[in-house]
Amino acid sequence: MMNTLIEVRDLSKTFTLHQQNGVVLNVLRGVDFSVQGGECLVLHGQSGAGKSTLLRTLYGNYLPAGGSIRICHDGQWLELVGAQPRDILQVRQQTLGYVSQFLRVIPRVACLDVVMEPALARGWPKPQAQARAEHLLARLNIPQRLWQLAPGTFSGGEQQRVNIARGFMVAWPVMLLDEPTASLDDSNRQVVLELMNEAKAGGAALIGIFHDRAAREAVADRHLDMTPAHQAEEEYAHAR
Amino acid sequence: MSQPLLQVRDLSLLYGPQKGCQGVSFDLYPGEVLGIVGESGSGKSTLLSLLSGRLPPQAGSIGYRSKEGEWLDLYSASEAERRTLLRTEWGFVEQNPRDGLRMGVSAGANIGERLMAQGVRNYQQLRGAGLDWLSQVEIDPQRIDDLPRTFSGGMQQRLQIARNLVSSPRLVFMDEPTGGLDVSVQARLLDLLRGLVRELDLAVVIVTHDLAVARLLADRLMVMRRSRVVETGLTDQILDDPQHPYSQLLVSSVLQP
Repeated sequence: MMNTLIEVRDLSKTFTLHQQNGVVLNVLRGVDFSVQGGECLVLHGQSGAGKSTLLRTLYGNYLPAGGSIRICHDGQWLELVGAQPRDILQVRQQTLGYVSQFLRVIPRVACLDVVMEPALARGWPKPQAQARAEHLLARLNIPQRLWQLAPGTFSGGEQQRVNIARGFMVAWPVMLLDEPTASLDDSNRQVVLELMNEAKAGGAALIGIFHDRAAREAVADRHLDMTPAHQAEEEYAHAR
Repeated sequence: MSQPLLQVRDLSLLYGPQKGCQGVSFDLYPGEVLGIVGESGSGKSTLLSLLSGRLPPQAGSIGYRSKEGEWLDLYSASEAERRTLLRTEWGFVEQNPRDGLRMGVSAGANIGERLMAQGVRNYQQLRGAGLDWLSQVEIDPQRIDDLPRTFSGGMQQRLQIARNLVSSPRLVFMDEPTGGLDVSVQARLLDLLRGLVRELDLAVVIVTHDLAVARLLADRLMVMRRSRVVETGLTDQILDDPQHPYSQLLVSSVLQP
């Protein structure tokens, strides 16, 4: 168990839809895994198996119903299930990164500032942050004339790449990746794969969803099967 | 980490059954932005008045840790102590800038007032602070001698923010700060507030019914309904995975929060 950076035990997530007659959806149940530094765990399963829900639950965006998520933060193990908001914010600033396909655009904030933000939040000097952000934007083929503009008007693909640049701005020990390569052209997909492999080589633990097989084969070390076949039957029995 | 700035315990003030607020407890830390959301009449503004020392509670306590590191029990302190706090280490941004500004004196005098109350008498220093803060809130410094009533609504709101921040407060209360503004002006003000909050490491309690504003500014949220806090948590968790039936209703009732 050397160098384990995140450890998940018996994690469950339910949604209770109070506005829809209190329907309860059991999306995750008994999820167990751990990931070491330099390793990439790929979540496997059909659409609706709960892959994105798992990533969002790990990030603290969704509230777990039960179980444990322990993460190595600042040299110590921290339990994220039931943690205080400010502890989760600390973990997000220093330890846990999340790259989704979609950029949440803030009006008036320039592309370069969006990308630099995670580094500035960690207290990097601005010139250093800007140099790194420019390097990433250039690598991801965002034209220089766009760097000072707010990404609200960019194309979907450009916004996605801005978001990826932001995601790789600092070295997060644990990274969650929700289809970072989806709908990118070959050359940009190649850049993202390189960035992920560089993060692994730098000792990061990666947990990701990749529908695209080539991407999976390029970075995956292990798979977590999330197919809920037997669970679904059991749930149906309960419902009756 | 550090100690809280504000410790609120079991705070209540009821005007009638479920009118006002009751049983509110939380800690606020330096640099933390707490959003209070809920429909009108849920008790958000009453809570803000209690927290900011404007209205004594029927029960409960508020402890504030001063710059010197001493704990002050807000409602056992004297009226004078509370007023001093409100003019120095605290700020309050009203929804309507006319309630927070002195409309009969110039923009520069509005900004200088808190500094004068702290004993600054040097004209050049006051003028310098006025010019500096006008440009920080993106108002042309040449307008320093103009009356606030000649300003647009968005400029008045930014002037009110400058007037509050000039004394380097540690804690600022805001009541629907973008409420009365056009959407185009709102974005600019929000961006400005975000920047200032981070630069100055301000602790903020912000009341808003606009969940998009809450998402942009707040680290965590309290959802109020009928005088009680029904849910608290990380902002994006409350907005993306609300637990309480009322929070779910609130989040699902708006277009793309």
